[in-house]
Amino acid sequence: MSAQTHAGGRSRRRFRLPFSGWHLVLLPASLVLIFPFIWLIVTSVETPAEALHFPPILTPHVLRFANYPDALNAAPFGRFFINSAVVAVVTVLCNLVFCSLAGYAFARLRFLGRSALFVVIMTTLMVPFQVTMIPQFIITKWLGVHVLAGIGINHIGALIVPNAATAFGVFFLRQFFRTLPVEYEESARVDGANRLTVLWRIVLPLSLPALATLAALTFLDSWNNFLWPLIAIDSTSQMTLPLGLATFQSAHSTDWTLLMAGNVMSLIPMLIIFFGAQRYFIRSVAATGLAGT
Amino acid sequence: MAAPTAPVRRRRLSSAAAARARVARSEHFTGWAFVTPGVVIILLFGAVPVIWSAVMSFQQSNLLSPSTPYVGLRNYRAMVHDPVVAQAVGHTLVYTALFVPGTMIAGLFLAVAMNRKIRFISFYRTAAYATMAISTISEALVFIWLFDPSYGVVNYLFSLVGVPQQQFLNSPSEALYVIVVMTIWGWTGFAVVIYLAALQGIPQPLIDAAATDGATRWQTFRRVTLPLLSPASLFLAVWLTINALQLFDEVYLSTQGGPLNSTSVLVYYLYEQAFQNFNFGYASAIAYFLFLIILVVTAIQFRVGRRFTYYRS
Repeated sequence: MSAQTHAGGRSRRRFRLPFSGWHLVLLPASLVLIFPFIWLIVTSVETPAEALHFPPILTPHVLRFANYPDALNAAPFGRFFINSAVVAVVTVLCNLVFCSLAGYAFARLRFLGRSALFVVIMTTLMVPFQVTMIPQFIITKWLGVHVLAGIGINHIGALIVPNAATAFGVFFLRQFFRTLPVEYEESARVDGANRLTVLWRIVLPLSLPALATLAALTFLDSWNNFLWPLIAIDSTSQMTLPLGLATFQSAHSTDWTLLMAGNVMSLIPMLIIFFGAQRYFIRSVAATGLAGT
Repeated sequence: MAAPTAPVRRRRLSSAAAARARVARSEHFTGWAFVTPGVVIILLFGAVPVIWSAVMSFQQSNLLSPSTPYVGLRNYRAMVHDPVVAQAVGHTLVYTALFVPGTMIAGLFLAVAMNRKIRFISFYRTAAYATMAISTISEALVFIWLFDPSYGVVNYLFSLVGVPQQQFLNSPSEALYVIVVMTIWGWTGFAVVIYLAALQGIPQPLIDAAATDGATRWQTFRRVTLPLLSPASLFLAVWLTINALQLFDEVYLSTQGGPLNSTSVLVYYLYEQAFQNFNFGYASAIAYFLFLIILVVTAIQFRVGRRFTYYRS
């Protein structure tokens, strides 16, 4: 009986519903997932009176786009965006260069102290940021005063330098490089290529998927980072989007139309970047999961 | 191959051996040249601070005063007797215990539903992925608005089904749960991606074989799919837990630890101590305590998880 209902039940249901029953689950679930985005956009074009209306108004009568220039006058979101973009892009580039070099050396070169150094770097991988943030603050402050103002507290350089190379990046690329066949490299070496040429001409071209993954993950991390910018940055001109938005919120905590217009402006660039490179982001996130398992 | 006698000796070595020696020596140099930029940064901002904050946790260290006398275990002892720390640990654990299973169940459910070729599937998946593109700050800002006690949509929906107006983030008994909801929403996309990738790694013949043997779809899911997903589940559990124990952004934006300390979690309290009160010594002790909690919890998860985790191959 039960075996029979299995086969029979499936065809009976397909007969009754003209579409897959999963739509009944997925459609409401998707609406719940995107409703915050919709509500955010709706509020951003309402008048303050409409926003502060109960019951809430889902379809504003007039689209008040003036909220956007108003928000831009209240806080320099363009500046925040440029700062975020500069920090994220430079951080990604630095990571690609420094982690490739170090990862390759740890994977292929035999040098004095290699194992010990690698162990030390791996240990830092486990430590949560909260443990290192106070000394990191002191060190960054010192560097700004004694070495270069541009990398000190209250400059966007302070958001780049501490993350310019990560233990995760070094480890991740080392693991990937070790899976590559060493024969190509050896034959290039016999032909007289030095290590840098081998890395640049042979290893890196073979590692593009790994480099794209590292780039995507580093970009997301940098773009969304909040705690370190909160500690390191004070002046508006140096703020990144999350910090700028948080500061904007504390100054206008009840101007919901203004806040949501600002929020939309800080969201849109990332949404475009994310969906433009969705394949890479999704694959990279999935890769961390598959690697972790 | 002692260095001082090298000029004399090297002539006696065969040219091949000399070449090998040269390669070996240059590898030391090249190796160090390659690792130096990255390693300097990682050591300076990763390794040195680990030791430094350990030292600081035994000092009375304050940004405002130049002297940092050693006080032994005083910071740790103060921490044990600090009622806010006890509260913060409680809130952090309650939050983690709700957030981690909540996100995993939501992610698993959606991933299973989305793991099929039906119409609009890319729309459904995109809706989940979109939550990954939003920063914690943007996410928190939207949810503060959704859960606004006076004008929020959630209270409106509640009013439709006859639930009285709630204070949500203004209520000491509700604020933490609102933060649980907003963070589950924010992490759903991540959990869906992980579970979808794992589901797509399950060979279809295994599922078909179960069906041929007369298993119902629920039995197949329970006995075949779920065990095959266990490595992904263990990864998610550990990853989400580490993040949950470090909850900060949403609390900072929405409640600042209030009302009445009801959302004061460990990292928020640590931040207050370090960068509002500038008690670097005390904050370092709390940071190490947090580190210990993370280590213990993840160790337990791996211990327990291994027993339930099924690895193919």
